[in-house]
Amino acid sequence: MTVGFVMMCHTALDRAAQVARFWAVGGAPVVIHVDWRVDALAYTKFERSLGDLANVSFSRRFKCEWGTWSLVAAAQAGAEQMLARHPEVGHVFLASGSCLPLRPVQDLAAYLAARPNTDFIESVTTADVGWTVGGLDEERFTLHFPFSWKRRRRLFDRYVEFQRRFKIRRKIPAGLVPHMGSQWWCLSRRTLASILQDPERKTHDDYFAKVWIPDESYFQTLTRLYSTNVESRSLTLSKFDYQGKPHLFYDDHLQLLRRSNCFVARKIWPRADRLYANFLAQRTPVGATAEPDPVKIDRLFSKAVERRTTGRPGLYMQSRFPHRDRENGKTSAPYSVFQGFTDLFENFDGWLAKYAGARVHGHLFAPERAEFAGNETHFAGCLTDSAHLRDYNPQAFLTSLIWNSRGERQCFQFSPRDNQACNWFLATDPNAQISVISGAWAVPLFHASDSFAVTRREAARLQKIELDQIDILRSMYVKARVRIWTMADFIENPMELLQTIIDEISPRSTRRLTEVPRLVDLTGFGQFLQNLKNQGMQPRLMGDFPVDDGPQSAIARHSRPYIVR
Amino acid sequence: MGMPLQQKVGALRVRLRLRLKRQRLLWRSFRSRHRLCVATDRTAQIGRDDILAFACVRNEVVRLPWFLAHHRALGVQHFLIVDNDSDDGTRDYLAAQPDCSVWRTEASYKASRFGIDWVTWLLMHYGHGHWCLTLDADEAFIYPEHDTRPLRALTDWLEAQNRPAFGALMLDMYPRGPLDAQTYAPGDDPFAILRWFDADNYTVLMKPLLRCLWVQGGARARVFFADEPRRAPTLNKIPLVRWNRRYAYVNSTHSLMPRELNQMHDANGQPLAAGALLHSKFLHTIIDKSREEKARREHFGEPAAFDAYYDGLISNPDLWHEGAREYAGWRQLVALGLMPAIDWG
Repeated sequence: MTVGFVMMCHTALDRAAQVARFWAVGGAPVVIHVDWRVDALAYTKFERSLGDLANVSFSRRFKCEWGTWSLVAAAQAGAEQMLARHPEVGHVFLASGSCLPLRPVQDLAAYLAARPNTDFIESVTTADVGWTVGGLDEERFTLHFPFSWKRRRRLFDRYVEFQRRFKIRRKIPAGLVPHMGSQWWCLSRRTLASILQDPERKTHDDYFAKVWIPDESYFQTLTRLYSTNVESRSLTLSKFDYQGKPHLFYDDHLQLLRRSNCFVARKIWPRADRLYANFLAQRTPVGATAEPDPVKIDRLFSKAVERRTTGRPGLYMQSRFPHRDRENGKTSAPYSVFQGFTDLFENFDGWLAKYAGARVHGHLFAPERAEFAGNETHFAGCLTDSAHLRDYNPQAFLTSLIWNSRGERQCFQFSPRDNQACNWFLATDPNAQISVISGAWAVPLFHASDSFAVTRREAARLQKIELDQIDILRSMYVKARVRIWTMADFIENPMELLQTIIDEISPRSTRRLTEVPRLVDLTGFGQFLQNLKNQGMQPRLMGDFPVDDGPQSAIARHSRPYIVR
Repeated sequence: MGMPLQQKVGALRVRLRLRLKRQRLLWRSFRSRHRLCVATDRTAQIGRDDILAFACVRNEVVRLPWFLAHHRALGVQHFLIVDNDSDDGTRDYLAAQPDCSVWRTEASYKASRFGIDWVTWLLMHYGHGHWCLTLDADEAFIYPEHDTRPLRALTDWLEAQNRPAFGALMLDMYPRGPLDAQTYAPGDDPFAILRWFDADNYTVLMKPLLRCLWVQGGARARVFFADEPRRAPTLNKIPLVRWNRRYAYVNSTHSLMPRELNQMHDANGQPLAAGALLHSKFLHTIIDKSREEKARREHFGEPAAFDAYYDGLISNPDLWHEGAREYAGWRQLVALGLMPAIDWG
């Protein structure tokens, strides 16, 4: 008993000839189907190149088109010829011209001889397949497909739509349960003969001739009628990308393929000289006992598919520049923005770094320079503190900063004094945690000794900016985690509010805050706000600060760092 | 379909305008053939499927040996090179190479759109139907798995994906220490000296008219254009194209017409395959070259605007930076996100 190969060829005929020769010399008969569209000259040359081999023959040629019956018809013709001409064949192996045998013929023959009644064919019910691309699985068997998918895509799609809407369905012949699977199989003589000599064959053929992609379902379904022992897997190693196109194997896959112990792999890049040279050289059989073990290859390729389909959120580059709001992640990691905190607390940066366990920057968008943590002039990825470079594309600056520091939480200070160009971006980024103490920008003005006319103008400007920003942060489009307090509300109970923020930054840390940062001196701040009012400006963002000194003393109490026991 | 008439008319006008522009560029290139003299013609050797490389060079005899070796090893089968008035033996060196054809010209580099007119003419005449790699002598083309998979594997894959063009990010590579501290010898790997690059300070903008991106940043933006980032060099290129005689490069190899070819990115946030161009500009030769260039005034845009840039280079600066990354191969560029992995199918 031996194994016979039916080969379906349409391109790279020189490679197909090499492979056919390898099998034929190894003692396995080969029947070759060549696509009718291959021109006469190339066909003759191909035929002649194998003319010296008695056990290689060519079958009737069909014009093959992907997804159509012609591929099944060609396989049937090849298989019939194989069964008729080579009685010594116990199993028939369907292969393509871009397949490559990874093990000697004797190995495969012995493996199959030990399993004489087993049919190796991936055969899964439509409910269980997870790999169909394009959404047509069960409907392949119940709709009509008179139009070519390759050449008449619009018509194809519309006709499918039409049938769905008017509930037009075909009847599946009695006794058939649709199964699908890889079109590369290896069937026992008994099963294959039963399929091809079935008295109902005409009924089956007529039905499958109008099924969509019948080469993935004809043998897969009919095998279930006759086989006594279906092993639902393909002996041909093949991998598919996320679009359902077969992956190619290249020279650098040599070791991986060798270690897989698979019998046949496809598709091979026709110019992979090393693969062909290595696997077609005479090799000692590994022994029929060695089971194919494609796990490693499976893992490698599924990783590639995953990478392809998930992309890399938060990365902006020439090859990946998503349209706005279709980003699949605007930034690559969560980060925190603090507004007003440094105005209100002394050494807030140092305190935050200690409790949040994060990289704490100053005002990254300050007008003079980007204030990186530790007062550095540069940051990872060669970002520099130049305000010109940053302001040229502030959003790119921010996404780069977050991307470059993957693995470490970034926090930065913000203020109405800073570049406001990123406000919409920040507000609509789910990775942003934005905490705002509104009106705190007035504290530095209150402490500065500028003339009151200057102070008043600056206060009006900053208030306008912050009002605009808060409008954005309160809009319905916000995706960020936003918290806004007035200054007066915040200093009522800073400990609890800071604890909430810190907990959100590091949720697993169970550590309680034992101190809050020291509040700056606010004695006379109420009077300062009253002075602004007297000058005709209306401070709206700070909350209530009475002019008398009553609440001031309350603030003074809080200004001492206190310890929670 | 549902577009209002006014918009339709507007879109049509844009398309006509672009078409006219492309035809004008092609006409310029066609005319510029008179400026080229054949020096060495081996184009009869070019096979039907060969991968071709095109370049315009000037005094590059130092870089050429490694440049040719690198791209030959990738799988370039013929080099078509315009020699713009070299006096350092470039032409003789190229003439001695078995796979190079050389044209020479003394005409103005600037007037030929920085060599693009000449190269476009060669592309038009010899590149039609071939995969063509258009490079400068200080660029080394790489792509994911370039060390194990030949260029032909890449072009076969692109064809299977129906993609006629392949983009690349230009990475400015620099040494550690002053630029002239290490001397480069012809034939050496320039990136043994220029081992460093900026990992991520790149900005991306969209140019709607040509539907192409505008990537800037890297070492040159950081050091020389910090005050005027808008002037910083463009870093996105489209070096590899299955050429058609109707195509035209618009602005160096940064963008192409018809503009559909510039679609190097996927609007849904999916990474599209791309490569990188390692830029070996900052070898020790840059200092003398900058002096010459400054005097020649043949740079892009307004030459005077680049005086400061040339002065900066002449002063032999150290471009190295604490945040710089040391180059460790294509896998590193993929991990850093500078080059997406190719889903080889």
